[in-house]
Amino acid sequence: MTENVNREKAIELVNITKHFKGVYANKNINISLYKGEILAILGENGSGKTTLMNMLAGIYQPEEGEIYVNGNLASISSPNDSFNYGIGMVHQHYKLVDIFTAEENILLGFRKESKSEVIARVNDIVNKYGFKINLKKKIHNMSISEKQTIEIVKVLVRNVNILILDEPTAVLTPQETDVLFDVLRKMRNDGKSIIIITHKLNEVMAISDRVAILRKGEYITSFETAKTNERELTDYMVGKKVDLKLERLKILASPPVLEIRQLNIMKDDGTVAIENLDFFLRGGQILGVAGIAGCGQKEMCEALVGLRPYKGYITHNGKSIVGYSPEQIRNLGIYMSFIPEDRLGIGLAPSLSITDNMMLKDYKDNKGIFVDREKARAKAENLIERYNVVTPSTETPVKNLSGGNVQKILVGREIGLNPNVLITAYPVRGLDINSSYMIYDILNQEKAKNTAILFIGEDLDVLMTFCDKIMVLCHGKNMGVVHTKNTTKEEIGLMMTGSKDLSIELGKTYGIASDSLLSEEEWNVLMGKEVIDNGK
Amino acid sequence: MLVSLITNSVAMAIVFLFGCLGETITERVGNLNLGIPGIMCLGALGGVIGVDLTYIIFNNPGWFALMFDAIFFSALFACIGGAIYAFLTVSLQANQNVTGLVLTTFGVGLMKFIGTNLNSPNLSAASKIMKSLFNVGDKLGWFGRIFLNYGFLVYFAIILAIFASIFIKRTRIGLFLRAVGESPKTADAQGISITKYKYTFILIGSAIAGLGGMYYVMDYSGGTTFTDGPIEAFGWLAVALVIFSVWKPTMGILGAFCFGLLYILPMYININPIQLKFFDIFPYLTTVIVLIFTSIFGGKSIQPPGSLGVNYYREDR
Repeated sequence: MTENVNREKAIELVNITKHFKGVYANKNINISLYKGEILAILGENGSGKTTLMNMLAGIYQPEEGEIYVNGNLASISSPNDSFNYGIGMVHQHYKLVDIFTAEENILLGFRKESKSEVIARVNDIVNKYGFKINLKKKIHNMSISEKQTIEIVKVLVRNVNILILDEPTAVLTPQETDVLFDVLRKMRNDGKSIIIITHKLNEVMAISDRVAILRKGEYITSFETAKTNERELTDYMVGKKVDLKLERLKILASPPVLEIRQLNIMKDDGTVAIENLDFFLRGGQILGVAGIAGCGQKEMCEALVGLRPYKGYITHNGKSIVGYSPEQIRNLGIYMSFIPEDRLGIGLAPSLSITDNMMLKDYKDNKGIFVDREKARAKAENLIERYNVVTPSTETPVKNLSGGNVQKILVGREIGLNPNVLITAYPVRGLDINSSYMIYDILNQEKAKNTAILFIGEDLDVLMTFCDKIMVLCHGKNMGVVHTKNTTKEEIGLMMTGSKDLSIELGKTYGIASDSLLSEEEWNVLMGKEVIDNGK
Repeated sequence: MLVSLITNSVAMAIVFLFGCLGETITERVGNLNLGIPGIMCLGALGGVIGVDLTYIIFNNPGWFALMFDAIFFSALFACIGGAIYAFLTVSLQANQNVTGLVLTTFGVGLMKFIGTNLNSPNLSAASKIMKSLFNVGDKLGWFGRIFLNYGFLVYFAIILAIFASIFIKRTRIGLFLRAVGESPKTADAQGISITKYKYTFILIGSAIAGLGGMYYVMDYSGGTTFTDGPIEAFGWLAVALVIFSVWKPTMGILGAFCFGLLYILPMYININPIQLKFFDIFPYLTTVIVLIFTSIFGGKSIQPPGSLGVNYYREDR
């Protein structure tokens, strides 16, 4: 489809194949990178983008196929080989030694050159591309974008002509992304060839000259970016026409299941996470929570399931559950599926198999001292089938699965336990479109079963179309609860940044249910009865 | 009495210092070698065999021949232990703790087995020769006795510790070695050979630790207590000392002296055997206290190496 026949190729991948323990990560891939261009490699999670690039970086070895660099057959069996061919990769999870300074990290790539020589080269690069770095600063004291800058400089110092960036924008703010893109354009104009891995379509359109699409480990096609559009790319990426419209199920909501009043929570460092928060959840309704990251969402989730001490009043079906242990809370049918940034941190034991992870939640149902593996395996099989989890077997350690599949297992397991309250935070974080929609679908099915759902999300468009109501948090305070059908993205945006506080503006208290299961007198009794602190 | 307390503590401390230094270097490259007690036993065995061979070859060996052979064979035997450990953990990715413990059992057993059959009348004579260096005796008073009256290995250990400290902190190879121990995937992505570094420094660390065993037999105990020597116990103390010294060789010198003092002190106090047992606890107790303090108050720089105890496999996902 491309017309670059006459241009010189910086890299040519021919029939590259790689599998991990029987699962194909890459299958017969043929991709070329031309000199002086930015090539975007687009694909869903688990489509093999990173694996493919890791073969260029010398981290993995292809089982079949050939790599040509500048027209010559290359054998890349270690990262050093890769650098010798002028290829450098900026990995998604930065490869930096945390306790070293930036300078020490950069020096790791040099054996013979003196320190002053290396620093002179660093300064050259810094001036050329306008980076801002502090060589004496330790990595663990750096912000994410500072770390990325060091990572890029570290690679460039090694005289790299071909630069690979794996999801470089995943952790950057829009402004930082713009700065990065400017640098990349400068590099391209310098004659460097660049590969950027991403699954964000707008970035593909913004930065790339060409785009190659991978799907399920196979190469699909490539386009000149200028001659395609987001819609077309999406179709090729996911393989079938996807309906981008989210559905908001219309269900008659039931009375409040979970009512929360005057919730106060502290963060780990002793600062306020949540301040005097009132809200309630109804069965068959999805309450979205919008807010800038770190506005108390995580702490709120933890408190609701008993993992974090709090002050305040929580009732479940009209009964106070203050001071309940996580186990007691779970026994009431309140479940949480919280997806932390690293996905595996809470909820799943990475080196245990899928079956074992199933057992973690229901081992107590077994009689006697032995666990019932067969039952758990059946559950695992059921879940794999139902949610299309890609895995060699039920006995595969969870850490060997791709992010999307891990998420499906986590969400699927929690839902399999028939909750009446489901607390879910960032369930689609890092997931591709197909997997995301599968998760939304699962949540809608739960909603139809009259489960009360608290949905902590990041994408406002999703919150707007998917949730029934949205509660906006700003620095731990409730800025108001709005019905999604009566609001706009702009309004929510203003509330998120604290410029608009509906409770002050309209003089209304939000988060107190008019049809509370407890009368106000009963609430007063509950709240005045004793100074309640669950004491953990 | 104070002078003899100090000199005896220093003499004892060197056993710990060799072991600690060897283990520190090994841990700095990311491998927790619990085989150190066994490797020290192997080192002791190698040293004794080296001395014996010297007597077979020369009729009346001098200081240099004895010292050279003792060090060479001690390091060689210890390196065999280290090579077993390195092959299992680095090349075959075996669990480091299990491998180390097995190696300790092996080393201790082998020393006892061969040691009982190795009847060497030359050891105490050799020890006398090896312990002589400056021979100042009482000529310089307390100063000479505290600072100048030890065998070569005592000064060697201290110089080695200072050298190791500078090497790890200041040289490029030291930087690479720390990077491998902190984050092997980072080092690997920068083209540093993880396997080469791990093998090299596990072997060097083992050789140094082995000298501790040899020193104990040939210097500290005067060539007398070979087979029933408490070298294994010293090995565990050396491992504890690594934590005590927060992975810094120069801190290891200080820590070794503390441990030496705590070990020697009971002999200078009039106490009964039960109270003596409590004294045995002190080195471990102080290690626990140091661990508690570093965990609570310690910054990032005095934490164990980031990848300590975790094997590295490049294609791991």
